[in-house]
Amino acid sequence: MAHEYIPEIAIDSKGNEHKVQGWQDDFYGGKLGFWLFMFTEVMMFGAMFLALTYYKTLHPDDFLLASSHLNRLLGGTNTVILLVSALTMGLGLLKMRAGDVKGAKLMIYATMILALMFLAIKGVEWREEYEHGIFLNHGKLLPESDFPFGEKIFYGLYFTMTGLHGFHIIIGIGLMLWLLKRINAQKVTPEHHILHWNIALYWDIVHLIWVFVFPYFYMIGAGDVIGGAHHG
Amino acid sequence: MSKSYFDETHCAIGHPKSTFMQWMLTIDHKRIGLMYAAVMFTFFFVAVATAFLMRLELFAPGQQFIDGDTFNQAFTLHGVIMIFLFIVPGIPAVFGNIVMPLMIGAKDVSFPRLNWFTFWLYVLGSIIALTSLWGDNGFADTGWTFYAPYSLTTSTTVLPVLIAAFILGMASILTGLNFLVTIHRLRAPGMTFFKMPLFVWGIYATAWIQLLATPVVGITLVLAIMEKYFGIGIFDPAKGGDPVLFEHLFWIYSHPAVYLMILPAFGVMSEIIPTFSRKEIFGYRTIALSSASIAGIGYLVWGHHLYTSGMADLAKTVFSFLTFFVAIPTGIKFYDWIATMYGGKIVLSTPMLWALGTIITFAIGGLTGVTIAMIGVDIHLQDTYYTIAHFHYAMLGGVVFLLFAGMHYWFPLVTGKMYNEKHAKIAFALNFIGFNMLWFPMFIAGYKGMPRRYFDYLPEFQIYHQVSFFGAVVFISGLIFMFYVLYRGWKYGEPSGPNPWNATTLEWHMPSSPPPLENHSKVPYVDFEPYEYKHGQPVVKFDYATMKRID
Repeated sequence: MAHEYIPEIAIDSKGNEHKVQGWQDDFYGGKLGFWLFMFTEVMMFGAMFLALTYYKTLHPDDFLLASSHLNRLLGGTNTVILLVSALTMGLGLLKMRAGDVKGAKLMIYATMILALMFLAIKGVEWREEYEHGIFLNHGKLLPESDFPFGEKIFYGLYFTMTGLHGFHIIIGIGLMLWLLKRINAQKVTPEHHILHWNIALYWDIVHLIWVFVFPYFYMIGAGDVIGGAHHG
Repeated sequence: MSKSYFDETHCAIGHPKSTFMQWMLTIDHKRIGLMYAAVMFTFFFVAVATAFLMRLELFAPGQQFIDGDTFNQAFTLHGVIMIFLFIVPGIPAVFGNIVMPLMIGAKDVSFPRLNWFTFWLYVLGSIIALTSLWGDNGFADTGWTFYAPYSLTTSTTVLPVLIAAFILGMASILTGLNFLVTIHRLRAPGMTFFKMPLFVWGIYATAWIQLLATPVVGITLVLAIMEKYFGIGIFDPAKGGDPVLFEHLFWIYSHPAVYLMILPAFGVMSEIIPTFSRKEIFGYRTIALSSASIAGIGYLVWGHHLYTSGMADLAKTVFSFLTFFVAIPTGIKFYDWIATMYGGKIVLSTPMLWALGTIITFAIGGLTGVTIAMIGVDIHLQDTYYTIAHFHYAMLGGVVFLLFAGMHYWFPLVTGKMYNEKHAKIAFALNFIGFNMLWFPMFIAGYKGMPRRYFDYLPEFQIYHQVSFFGAVVFISGLIFMFYVLYRGWKYGEPSGPNPWNATTLEWHMPSSPPPLENHSKVPYVDFEPYEYKHGQPVVKFDYATMKRID
């Protein structure tokens, strides 16, 4: 059976007509649902930031020292790339709403390329750290190494959180591929673009999370607070 | 004979011919609710059987049937199934799906395909949890709470259970999200928030908890997995981590989760009490807002699980105060229900009997909860049978009893048939007597010092365990008999007609019984309160073909 939406009218006791909202074609419902889903992302990363903050109060010096060893050049470049990608994503949505489907697709491609660049740089960074003996279940992070507790936890959370964030980037690329497919199939059009809207919203939360991840991991050890550790 | 939702359905993918595939792919909220019920109750009986095995072992001191390690796995299996597979999806998954859209005059939930996906996510999570049973070292033995550091070091198969709990959490989040959007967007014209039936309020408050609390436990379990298999050192003191942090993060979800279980149950109670008192509910707004405030305050009380885990005295005092505080809105609801019955024409049908029984059992469960909210008392009673009895009175005697009440209340709506009332009442009596006999002795045993999760005990506790055992026998017989009565009712019962209870809310105004695929024939305009009775009769009447008021 098909489920087309047949608009319906409810009539009150005075004979006035009231439009009935169906679940089909509910633009605001779709938006609301996705905003609610974004809340869950905030709560999820929020819990990890809570753990991070707690351990920073337990091991403040270790945290600053570990942070000072992260590569701020690559991390900073990635931050810029992600912010630009949020811009291209937003422009794509504006173009879609203005009826410029071709321009919207171009912007989605640009966003995808930026996302891939982000992942590549992240990969270089992780590899560099791996070669310094810092990786999950490897070298200095093994239980038997005498690396300080605080640094172990810092790097443990660093790999967990940037890894989970990177996972969101990968999902985002998948969503954009799907979006392109739907645009090509004319299922997403300037009149009916809720999917585009929600994926843009998703991309915003992905970059927003990074905006908190970056200072908390890379920047807290940037100054000379602990006697001038100059790396990266 | 008009077609009901058993005869035709919408599907997520394609238009399959076979009835079986139509059920597997259905996006109809009523069918999905029924499938949840089928899966949930199957697991429920597995967990009941596990619990009975433990009771059998505890019949006498010393080892009878199973050794200590198996006992640990048994209570973990019991807890994991009862919490994650049964009671967390619980009333929202079954009645939230079946009844809530009907109550607000919607054709379905806001995202029917997502609802279908969520159901199968739930099934997937359940299967993954059970694969742990066939793991190399057997099912997890950590208890359903997975406390670090033991869960990080045990050799039993914890990983599938952690992953499953994460997936089931996802399913719970998506259900809550779907219901929130549905309630915001799809209410019939004219139905403001304060004209919604109270069950919808319960589902609404619950959905916020599902949405905002579940991600915290999800990520906690991910961190535990990262800890166990990638050695990030966050919860293991041997690596500088803090196991108490795990407890905090775990209970930030898992305490609100008990309100997530009870709020829809309170909603069921708020439907049954006015219907069978033939009277408008007393204090509609206080009940609605107390649901919201329980959901809010319930967030801030998790610390009362950690009185003995090492926490600042100030924090303990604050958590203790907040725990007392959350009992107030619950108390308000109880007084409202009793005030509703006062002066009403009470009809003692089976759903009402279950509701009245719950007022007794949940009052015991709730008030004993207040006693252990006191820090000093709790330090004496923490991890004893007193606590076990408390939360079984609250969860089983509250949530599950009201789930059963709802099952008897909405049975004619869902099936179009009526069960044998006399037999159903006997089943209630067996359940009620068995339940109290099973759990009340545990209060005394716990007070005298019987610790939880032990498979052996001192001889002085034997009498309590034996009374409990006989209670369990009566209770389980009652459960089986109850399901048998409902089965007989569905198979051979008399047709019930659309509104057998003379109820007022919209789900009882269907054009046919059982309801057709897309629910109401027309969407009504709601310019009436949900529970309007005058002289014991519903005020609002509809012509079911046009859904126009004819009163």
